[in-house]
Amino acid sequence: MDFLIFKAPILMVQASMDGILLGVLFALVAYGMALQWGVMNIINIAQGELVIMGGYIAYFMYTAGIPPAFGVIVSPIIMYFIGWSLYKTIINRVVERDMFISILATFGISILTQQLMNFVFGADVVVAQSNFGTTMLFDYSVTLPNAKIFSALVSIVFAVALVLYMKKSKLGRAIRATSQNQRAAKILGVDTEKVYAATFGINAALCGVAGSLIAITFTLHPYIGLPYTVRSFMIVIIAGLGNLPAVALSGIGLGVFEEFADYILGTEFRIAAVFLLLVVILVYRRFKLSRKREYLK
Amino acid sequence: MSKKNIIIYSLILVFGLSAPFLFPAYKLQISILWVLTILALTWDIQGGQMGYNSFGNILFFGVGMYVCSSVQIGMFFPLSEWTASGGEKTFLHTTSQYFQGFTYGLIFAGIVPAIVAALIGYGILGLRGHYFAICTLGIGIAAGEIAGGIELIGAGQGMTVPPWPKGIGGTELRSQFFYYLCFLTVCVTFFVIRLIYQTRFGLVINAIRDNEDKAEAMGIHTMRYKIIGWVVSAFFLGIAGGLMGNMIGYIEPTEIAFAGSTYGVFMVLMAILGGKGTLWGPVIGAAVFHVFKEGFWTFFLGWQYVALGALIIVIVIFFPEGILGWFREKYPENFGEVVDEVDRTAQVELT
Repeated sequence: MDFLIFKAPILMVQASMDGILLGVLFALVAYGMALQWGVMNIINIAQGELVIMGGYIAYFMYTAGIPPAFGVIVSPIIMYFIGWSLYKTIINRVVERDMFISILATFGISILTQQLMNFVFGADVVVAQSNFGTTMLFDYSVTLPNAKIFSALVSIVFAVALVLYMKKSKLGRAIRATSQNQRAAKILGVDTEKVYAATFGINAALCGVAGSLIAITFTLHPYIGLPYTVRSFMIVIIAGLGNLPAVALSGIGLGVFEEFADYILGTEFRIAAVFLLLVVILVYRRFKLSRKREYLK
Repeated sequence: MSKKNIIIYSLILVFGLSAPFLFPAYKLQISILWVLTILALTWDIQGGQMGYNSFGNILFFGVGMYVCSSVQIGMFFPLSEWTASGGEKTFLHTTSQYFQGFTYGLIFAGIVPAIVAALIGYGILGLRGHYFAICTLGIGIAAGEIAGGIELIGAGQGMTVPPWPKGIGGTELRSQFFYYLCFLTVCVTFFVIRLIYQTRFGLVINAIRDNEDKAEAMGIHTMRYKIIGWVVSAFFLGIAGGLMGNMIGYIEPTEIAFAGSTYGVFMVLMAILGGKGTLWGPVIGAAVFHVFKEGFWTFFLGWQYVALGALIIVIVIFFPEGILGWFREKYPENFGEVVDEVDRTAQVELT
């Protein structure tokens, strides 16, 4: 095998560290998707676009001269309202319908927001410099940008805060009740319409956090949203709905897989590797379940 | 065939045959309309009739496109040199070579996607509902990314297809040739699909859509029928892809061949707009959609994809049943449903 990564094993450490720090971010986005999938039973294809939009908010602050790291506070607030208004205009009309209709409708939202971002911010690849410096490990052979460490820490803080919020607050309990049994929650006086809107808003806010972290650690481009959707979908189907430790673990696993795929297959096949992994996982689970005469539903 | 059907078919036939002379400026547009009709018809085999909503049928379109032009070139010249040197500048197909290559290219463009469909269909047709939708979406996009990384077929820059031979007629003849070929293909596709919907196969795939578990309990090998449906649609999609590649004259992985965000979505939208699960729905949907799309593209130049996104949202929210679905609800007696007149008037009196 003539791969660089096997000749220099220290690159494996590098890839694993990168993958772990990246995977935490994926897990954050996936947790938003799991929340909204569990509560409203719709799959949001525009999830990735919400992430990128959150990133562009941080980038906009950067171009205005504000340190982009503050994006993690501003971005979720703006994204909450964007998510809320998306729900009120479009999603509430498809939430009770067939799943396919909601997939297609969110696909429409995804194309629409992609193009609007393209008009507003241009089609160039941009990055918001955070100027956090880098950390060197193992005698300067492993480089870790501090921005990545910062982003992983912020993701963990937000995830923990969200779990506490879902456990303790009144709205959080209402959301969990709705996800367990929508009818029963309605009978017991939960305003499910409000819960749905709040869930979509919280999901968008989580995407906003993740996006602003991606803006300072990676690059932004209007058309790279869909891979984030697919990654979070993949994490959710491995981990199940609403199981945070499993979401975190499979997010990290996916991050490490991607970094290794990047080294072994080359960067041009990185996205393809992600999509093919999705197919492989789905087909594997399908054959496993079909032995019991069951299927993924 | 009833009298009404004969009138409709002959009107379409007359329009199809005379369109290049009546509207010479729109010849390419009408050819693309026929290709879009094939896309909508083939999508509807699994999407509408079988209930398997696929977002990745564009895979077969792209594979057909690449296979067709690779065969066309590879039969006579080394493929790698063609893509490396920008193709048509160094190598020239003679007239007979061109048509020979094109014929074999189209045959392979049908067969190879059909085989691909059978292989991956065995794996993923066991998934249901949204898992199937997302899985096919992933496959479609992965195919584009992979094609963009293979040097032999031109990687990200794409490849040119053999140019029209110089010996016989100019671009006028070329566009007419492709127009009639597209029209022929759409006619064949339509009648084959019409035929298979009338057989037991049509009943079986409708049973799968309505309730797959019960269909299986009745002793139907659902997997076999699902794969056959997927293969039929892949076969015609591949041929449409081969035609489209030659018509445009240039193949590029993510924008033309595996264009998930344009043709990949168009085929779903056209079928839904016309009314999925009906024979004529995709045809009507394709015609209406194409006219609307061209209007958008002209009036909202630069904003066309924003308009497209808005159009998708409007269609799925307000017309999920489609045009034919709406008519079916309004005039069920025209769709072979037996309507009790007394019952109907009674309902009217109630309201």
